[in-house]
Amino acid sequence: MSEAQIKHITTPLTADTIKNLRAGDVVRITGPVYTARDAAHKRMTEALAAGKPLPFDINGQVVYYVGPSPTKPGEVVGSAGPTTSGRMDKYTPALIEKGMRGMIGKGSRSKEVIDACVKYGAVYFVAVGGAAAVISQSIKGEEMIAYEDLGPEAIRRYEVEDFPAIVCIDAEGNDFYKVGIAKYRKE
Amino acid sequence: MRELDVREITAAVARLCCDACYYLPEDLLARFKECQKVEESPLGQEILGTIIENAELAKAKDVPLCQDTGLAVVFLEIGQEVHFTGGALEAAVHTGVAEGYTNGYLRKSSVDDPLFERKNTQDNTPAIIHTRLVPGDKVKITIAPKGCGSENMGAMKMLKPADGVEGVINFVLETVRNAGPNPCPPVTVGVGIGGNMERCAELAKYSLTRPIGEHNKDERYAKLEAELLERINKTGIGPAGLGGTTTAAAVNIEYAPTHIGALPMAVNLNCHAARRASTVL
Repeated sequence: MSEAQIKHITTPLTADTIKNLRAGDVVRITGPVYTARDAAHKRMTEALAAGKPLPFDINGQVVYYVGPSPTKPGEVVGSAGPTTSGRMDKYTPALIEKGMRGMIGKGSRSKEVIDACVKYGAVYFVAVGGAAAVISQSIKGEEMIAYEDLGPEAIRRYEVEDFPAIVCIDAEGNDFYKVGIAKYRKE
Repeated sequence: MRELDVREITAAVARLCCDACYYLPEDLLARFKECQKVEESPLGQEILGTIIENAELAKAKDVPLCQDTGLAVVFLEIGQEVHFTGGALEAAVHTGVAEGYTNGYLRKSSVDDPLFERKNTQDNTPAIIHTRLVPGDKVKITIAPKGCGSENMGAMKMLKPADGVEGVINFVLETVRNAGPNPCPPVTVGVGIGGNMERCAELAKYSLTRPIGEHNKDERYAKLEAELLERINKTGIGPAGLGGTTTAAAVNIEYAPTHIGALPMAVNLNCHAARRASTVL
């Protein structure tokens, strides 16, 4: 991939940045991202239902679906690749409505998630699942934000630099999994 | 009769957990390098490059290939001449898993009950242990940790004998297509055919411990493996599921005799970080 084909973007995401992202774009993400997976999503949803605030200001933010392995001494983080996003589908539209503008994970999303991306202008990035050692190289800092008792499922803020990802679902609702697979299907 | 202290089992299991999670099998790494040369999608080639780079980096740094270091699946092939001393064999395996996952900075992903509290056991125990008694006085231990991204995409079906080879092919292809990008392709496709409901599921998992490049010893099943691999690679799913011609690295079939009225089968997909490590004591 030549450097010219790569889009460099920063977080939190602005409406302008989102407007210029297309499904299939190869991106490098720099700035803060917040980690959350199954259990943290459940708690955030319960907080919203109880009328309580989320543990961080989610406006414009990117949430990374990850449960890292423990950090070895001398490292910033453990291996930290994306987990399967579909398990978060149930909780996602409400978070997009509250201001979340990006998600990083792997795997397909539901129609409800795609519809919320279109309605509110959000994007879904995918990172290469299983390439966790390489991905961790782009994580430069880590701070515990909430739900520490959840261990690998706690919410952390990562400072990422040139985090490698691909735009999978853009704010127009294009799904690159469908486009990419259709292009190479021979059956 | 040969005496074997179970503390040797614990030590071997602990080491194998780390080896499996840090080091991609060389045969699979070589296969990905071959695939990269023939992959038709430029992005797919790029992703295969990332997978290769990841394997090399994890090995150089002794860190997990993937953060999901899975449940520890342990296959024990126990020579019937062995007499274990110093404690209970299964407890020794669990202790080995706890030590390996704790000291090796592997993620603990095991919860104590599946439905209610789902409380993390904090040391990745219990392991899932499959035991076979075999002739001899050796013990072969194979550890195949597996994450849920791929495990969740497995499927089993009780086919009718009349469904035959076509039924088997269709169910494998259907399972791979339904899984799409979720099991982190290029996958290794484990297929268990025959036996009964639990036997075919175990065969499918066991087939994933086979080195890349080895095929079923029965020519008919080896031919079916080759046909399935070709057809899976025409689904278009590709590396990371973003489109391409490398969807699977291998298809491994294991079969067993079955009932006159049955044709059970199971498909177990393994991700590209297909972890396995073995030793013989």
